Amino acid sequence: MDISVNRESLEAMRVFDLATTPLRELNSALHAIAPGTNDTNFEVVNPRGSHAVAVGIDQPVTVDVRGSVGYYCAGMNDGGTVTVHGSAGPGVAENMMSGTVVIEGDASQYAGATGRGGLLVIKGNAASRCGISMKGIDIVVHGSIGHMSAFMGQSGHLVVLGDAGDALGDSLYEAKLFVRGTVKSLGADCIEKEMRSEHREKLAELLERAGVTDVSPTEFKRYGSARKLYNFNIDNAEAY
Amino acid sequence: MCGIVGLFLKDKTLEPKLGAMLSDMLVIMTDRGPDSAGIAIYGAPSDGRAKITVQSAKPAVDFAGLEALLKPVDASVTVELKSTHAVIETDATQSAAVRDLLAEQRPDVRVMGSGDSVEIYKEVGLPKDVVARFGIREMGGTHGIGHTRMATESAVTTLGAHPFSTGADQCLVHNGSLSNHNNLRRELVREGMSFETQNDSEVAAAYLTAEMAKGKDLGQALTSALDDLDGFFTFVVGTKSGFGVVRDPIACKPAVMAETDQYIAFGSEYRALVNLPGIEDARVWEPEPATVYFWDHEKAA
Repeated sequence: MDISVNRESLEAMRVFDLATTPLRELNSALHAIAPGTNDTNFEVVNPRGSHAVAVGIDQPVTVDVRGSVGYYCAGMNDGGTVTVHGSAGPGVAENMMSGTVVIEGDASQYAGATGRGGLLVIKGNAASRCGISMKGIDIVVHGSIGHMSAFMGQSGHLVVLGDAGDALGDSLYEAKLFVRGTVKSLGADCIEKEMRSEHREKLAELLERAGVTDVSPTEFKRYGSARKLYNFNIDNAEAY
Repeated sequence: MCGIVGLFLKDKTLEPKLGAMLSDMLVIMTDRGPDSAGIAIYGAPSDGRAKITVQSAKPAVDFAGLEALLKPVDASVTVELKSTHAVIETDATQSAAVRDLLAEQRPDVRVMGSGDSVEIYKEVGLPKDVVARFGIREMGGTHGIGHTRMATESAVTTLGAHPFSTGADQCLVHNGSLSNHNNLRRELVREGMSFETQNDSEVAAAYLTAEMAKGKDLGQALTSALDDLDGFFTFVVGTKSGFGVVRDPIACKPAVMAETDQYIAFGSEYRALVNLPGIEDARVWEPEPATVYFWDHEKAA
């Protein structure tokens, strides 16, 4: 047997049609991938809003999802590259550890919630609570985001090319927020902060990784924590 | 959780398929709530006629000889039996008299809804069984709403199923839970509203009915609801010619909408919409929090 042909077949795209194949077969196949394997290209067709598509990936595989997905797509992703050629339901890339998740359409609420690493790119708009309790993930939204985004964000970056809704960064810890458009209102303890050169450099890097070429870091404002909720303030004792 | 769906047709050629389309949407939402299911269908009203959809736990007893019983009040009355429900069609001027006689002679019969065009069917059980039991797939109409319930605020009974109808041709489905429904119920009772259940969603329906009775249109009533209702809600509401959607300001209860030249559709999830014609090219969006969406066949015409 010609070894190059054999390798080609090993590297061939594996296609899962969710109209005919149970979701669990897709996710089991993704979980069964051993480190160092060549079998790394997956395509998912007819997702039709299914929940939990491509969750729990822990190898550097590439998954292209042709259509829109429901809840928790690419949740817990650790090293995979997942592209949704459609829109995503609530909780996309929830608790991502590493890797890249790209949503070509819009994302519903709590996109990237609790994420610890990796890059989430949303090419449309994200709804409420985008990046809630983010812990190291980087999120770039080409459109706008809804209310209560980055609530209690601990670390990582949230970049928004459009506008932000009410109560951005409420009770924020050390996540860094960059918004190009308007912010409807800032949440408790979130303030606008000076954009220093290290922030512009980081922003330029994130924009490049997210495929944004026509926007300059100078167009953004930075928001972060005023750090007044970190410790108990004795002057507030009467409030309890 | 709960799953809710709604479909408002713009293209008349789809009207014969309304029941089938709405049934498919609701059945897909089954895993959001298995306790009970219900659908309201708005058919074409016929001049001078009114419909009353009624339900009985003992249809064999309560519906026996029903048409003959009601004839003395309205000679034109017809009764169509559908499992535990019956649709009574009357001369519109005699509708109230028919209801009075029904309440007196068949006290265990419950009115699910009434008006010129709405028919409401709801029962304990899964959506697929409920739509089959009442032959919903064969029904045509202009718009309709549906609900599959995961009960939180009151008992799993037929009366606790959605849609709730508290006024002529009005009905509401709800995903969420209200926290001020007991107070609001007391206020509405004082204003003359009556209630069949302890359910929070029935209070929301009655609230909208009371607001519309004060002269508001559906859109204005939904706007008031944002001020007066406390809790979590995504509502889909139907009137004789209108269709409305509103979410509370927190908006944690899911909602997706789609619009094409042929229809406006609502689903708790995108899954509910995937079988609709032309969905690939539809405008699909998530309704904004604390924002009223409202369409009307009469205003569009």
